Amino acid sequence: MSLLQIKNLSVEFGSDKNPFRAVEGLDLTVDQGEIVGIVGESGSGKSVTMMAMMGLLEGQGRIVADKLQFDGKNLLTISARERRKIVGKDISMIFQDPMTALNPSFTVGYQIMEVLKLHQGLRGAALKARALELMEMVEIPAAASRLSAYPHQLSGGMSQRVAIAMAIACNPKLLIADEPTTALDVTIQAQIMELLVSLQQSQNMALILITHDLAVVAEVAQRLAVMYAGQVAEMGQVPDIFRHPSHPYTEALLKSIPEHSKGAHRLSTLPGIVPGQYDRPSGCLLSPRCPYVQERCRAERPALTAQRQGAVRCHFPLYDKES
Amino acid sequence: MANVQASPVATAADDVALSYPSPLKEFWQGFSHNKGAVAGLVFMLAITLSALLAPWLAPYNPIEQYRDAILAPPVWMDGGSSRFLFGTDELGRDLLSRLIHGARLSLLIGLTSVVMAMVPGVILGLIAAFFPKVLGSLIMRLMDIMMALPALLLAVAIVAILGPGLINTMIAIAIVALPAYVRLTRASAMTELNRDYVTASRVAGAGLVRLMFVCVLPNCMAPLIVHATMSFSSAILEAAALGFLGLGVQPPTPEWGTMLASARDYIERAWWVVTLPGLTILLSVLAINLMGDGLRDALDPKLKRAA
Amino acid sequence: MFSFILRRLGLLLPTFFGITLITFGLIRLIPGDPVEVMVGERTLDPQMHADAMHRLGLDKPIYLQYVDYLHNLATGHLGESLVTKDSVWKEFTTLFPATLELAVMAMLFAAVFGLLAGVIAAIKRGSIFDHGVMGLALTGFSMPIFWWGLILIMFFSVKLGWTPVSGRLDLAFDIAPRTGFMLIDAWLAEAADPSLNAGAFKDALKHLILPAIVLGTIPLAVIARMTRSSMLEVLREDYVRTARAKGLSPARVIFIHTLRNAMIPVLTVMGLQVGTLMGGAVLTETIFSWPGIGKWLIDAISRRDYPVVQNGILMVATLVILVNFIVDILYGIANPRIRHAK
Repeated sequence: MSLLQIKNLSVEFGSDKNPFRAVEGLDLTVDQGEIVGIVGESGSGKSVTMMAMMGLLEGQGRIVADKLQFDGKNLLTISARERRKIVGKDISMIFQDPMTALNPSFTVGYQIMEVLKLHQGLRGAALKARALELMEMVEIPAAASRLSAYPHQLSGGMSQRVAIAMAIACNPKLLIADEPTTALDVTIQAQIMELLVSLQQSQNMALILITHDLAVVAEVAQRLAVMYAGQVAEMGQVPDIFRHPSHPYTEALLKSIPEHSKGAHRLSTLPGIVPGQYDRPSGCLLSPRCPYVQERCRAERPALTAQRQGAVRCHFPLYDKES
Repeated sequence: MANVQASPVATAADDVALSYPSPLKEFWQGFSHNKGAVAGLVFMLAITLSALLAPWLAPYNPIEQYRDAILAPPVWMDGGSSRFLFGTDELGRDLLSRLIHGARLSLLIGLTSVVMAMVPGVILGLIAAFFPKVLGSLIMRLMDIMMALPALLLAVAIVAILGPGLINTMIAIAIVALPAYVRLTRASAMTELNRDYVTASRVAGAGLVRLMFVCVLPNCMAPLIVHATMSFSSAILEAAALGFLGLGVQPPTPEWGTMLASARDYIERAWWVVTLPGLTILLSVLAINLMGDGLRDALDPKLKRAA
Repeated sequence: MFSFILRRLGLLLPTFFGITLITFGLIRLIPGDPVEVMVGERTLDPQMHADAMHRLGLDKPIYLQYVDYLHNLATGHLGESLVTKDSVWKEFTTLFPATLELAVMAMLFAAVFGLLAGVIAAIKRGSIFDHGVMGLALTGFSMPIFWWGLILIMFFSVKLGWTPVSGRLDLAFDIAPRTGFMLIDAWLAEAADPSLNAGAFKDALKHLILPAIVLGTIPLAVIARMTRSSMLEVLREDYVRTARAKGLSPARVIFIHTLRNAMIPVLTVMGLQVGTLMGGAVLTETIFSWPGIGKWLIDAISRRDYPVVQNGILMVATLVILVNFIVDILYGIANPRIRHAK
C-alpha cells in the first residue's frame, strides 16, 4: 500500500458566492522511500496541495477529496489534535525562503529542540545530544556553537540546513520540500539538493520535491507530476516523461531547460500566463497557450486518462501521436 | 495624490471604464467604503453647523442665569420641562445653549492649534530634511526633548508660565503638537528627496523654496492630513483637560472641559450636568478619530488598491 | 549587550541636558520679579532686593546661572517649596510611591486586557468580537479621562456604593507608611495586627481600583489596537507557518511563536504610554484626590509654588526618559536583531 494516497482533491478559496479553485481533482500517490517531483509554474497549485494535506491552510481554504490517506490514517476525518501528532513528526515540510522560515526571536537550538520535545518527549542531555547530532547530520560546521545562534546570524544556506534538521528531527516517513533551493545562491543550491537526497536515502524517507525546475527533478526523482492551473497535466515515470513528454505543456517545460533546447533555436517558452480566477477557458485550460490546439480542445475539458505507468490530461497526447 | 496625471485625452472609442477616476472621486470611494468614517463625518458636520449657527440655534444666551430653575433636569426626566431641553446647571444656565456655544470654542481651539502647529512644524520638518547634517540634527534633538515631556504636563507647564486663558490654551496645545509634525514631515520628505523627480527638478534648476514647497511638500501631504485630523481630536481633548484643571478657558465662558470642572460637586444630584458635556467631548473626539481612520484608508498609498 | 546599553545611554544624556535647559528657562520666563518667583520673598527695599539677587546668584551672567543650576542638581539640591518650606526632593520622594502604585496598577490593567483583547481580535479577525473590541478601543482612545472618572464615581461610588470616592485609604485605618505603597503597607499592617487593621488591604484595593481603571483606559485602547495589528502582521509570516508545520498546538503557535514577535512593537507603544500615564496621572489624581505627583504639580501651579513646578517637572521628565531607556533595553532583549545591530 502506498504511503500517501490523494484522490480527487480540490481546494477552494474565497467566498461561497465567488469561489476560486486553486486545486482541482488532484490525484497523487507516493510510496515509501521514493522521490516524487511536482513541477509547475507559480500559481499552479503545487504548494497549496501540500499545505492542504498537512492542514496548514487554517480554515482559509475549503478542502474536498475522495481520499486523503497517509500511512493508513484518513487525514480527512482525523481530529486536529490527531493530525498534529503526525504533522512535524511523520510528515514534515521545508519551505522556500529559509531566511523567513525560522523564528527570529529564538535560537536555532531552541527551534530544533522544540520539535524533539513535542514529538519524542526528549529532555535534558538526550535532547541536547540529539539536536547536536541533527546539526551534524545536515553538515553544519561548528554545530555545537551554532545551537545558540539566532537565525539572523546565519546565511541562507545555513538557515536552510537548520530547517532541514528541524524537518528530519523525528525521522519522518515523508518529507515535503517546497522549492528548497529557489531562494539560495546557485553554488549553494547543488549542496542542499545533494544533502536532501543523501538524507532521503539514509533515512529511507519518501520525498516530495516541489519545484519549477525540471532539471532538478530529472536528476533525483523517480516519478513526476506536472501541474497546470490547479490540475495534474501529466504524471508518470521520470524517464518516460523526459524521453517522450505526452502533454504539450510538459513538452514546453522540457524545451525551456537549456540542455534540451539544442541547436540555435531560441529558448522556447509558451506565450501567455497561467489562467487566473476570472479568465479560465471553458475547454482545456491550456488551450489558449497550446501550440497544438484544436477545435475540441476549446470546447471540451479533457479528463485525466491512464497512460503508460501514469496519466495524462489531453485530448491529443503527444506520445500517442508518435507511437 | 497630487501628482497623479490626468489620463490622455480620451477619444470616443476609449472604454469609459479604462479612464482614471478623478483624484477626488477616487478618494471619496475609498473614504465612503468605511462606514464609521462616514458616520464620523456626518456627526462632525452637524457639530460644525451648530457651532457656526450657534447664536441662532441656541435657545438661550449661554451665560444667562435663570435663578428660578437651578439644576433643572432635562425634558425626559421627572420634573423636566421643555423650557430647558437638556436641563440647567448649578447657576441656572441652559445646558443645551452652553453645549452649542461650547462647540464653537472647541472647534476654534482645535483648528487654530492645528494650524499653529502644522505651519511651523512643516517648515521645520522640511528644513530638517533638506539640511540633515547640522541644522537638521539640531532641530530633531530639540524635538526629542519636547517629546520626552508628557504632552499634558508640557501644556500645563506652558500655561503655568503664560497664565490661563483661551489664547494661551491654543499656544500651549500648538507647542505640544509641534514635534510630531516636524518628525512626520521630515520622515516623508526624506523619502521623497531620494526620488528621481526631485533630482530632475534640481537639475532643471528649481530653487530651494520651490523644491521644498512645490516639488516635495505636495507629495508628503497624505500622512500630514491624516495626522492633522488626529491632532485636531487630541487638541480638543487637551483643551478640555486644561479647562477641567482650571488652567484653560476661564468661566463663565461655556467651554466643555470648564463646564465639567464645576459640575464635579453635583454628581450626586444632577447627573446631566456631568454626563452631557463629557459625552459631547467623547462623541466629537470619537467622530474625528473615525474620520481619521477613514482618511488613512483612503489616502495611504500603501493600502490603496493597486491601479 | 553591554555595548548596546552604552550606546543607548549616550543618546539619553543630551535629552536630559535639554530637559534641564527647559526647566531652567521655564522659571526665568515667568513674568514678575525673579526673587519673588524663586523664593517667594517680596521686598520693596532695593538694597535687600539686591542682596537677595546676589544670594541667589541671579546677578551672574545667565550661562553661569545655568552652571549653578546644574551644580545644584548634581549635588541633590532641588530647592524648597515656597508653601511648605520642605525640600522639593523630599516631597517628591514621599508622594512618588502613590503615583507609582497607581501607574503600575493602571499599566497592569491595560497590558493584561489590552494584550488579551488584541490577540483574540486578531485570531478572530472580522468576527463580531473583533469589531466590538476595535470599536471599544477607538472609544477608549477618544475618552476624556477626567469625565470617565466622574462617570465611574457616579455609578460605582454614588449609585452602587461599591467603591470610595477619593483618597488611598479609609480614615478609620491608621497605617504607618513603610514602603509608601498603600497595598503593601496595608497588607503588612493587617498581618502585624489583624484585630486593629482588619480589612485594610481590601480597603486599599477598593480605593485603587477606579483610579487605576481610569488611568489605564487610554493605554488599554492603544495596546489593544497595536497588539491586533501587530499580531495580524506576524501571523502572515513564514515562520508561523513553519511553527504550525512542526505540529505545535495552536496555543503554542499563537503565544510563543507569534506573540513573542508581535510584542516588539507593542512594547515600544507601552513605553510611549508611560508619558501618557504621567499626563493622565495629573487628571486622575485630581479627580480622585489621590496624593501623588500629578496632584502635587497642579496644586503647586495654582499656588504659584514655582520651585516645585520647576523641579517637579524635571523629575517627571527624567522619569519618563528613564523608563523609555529601560523599554529600549527590553526591546533589545526581545529582538535579537536589534541587539546585534552594529
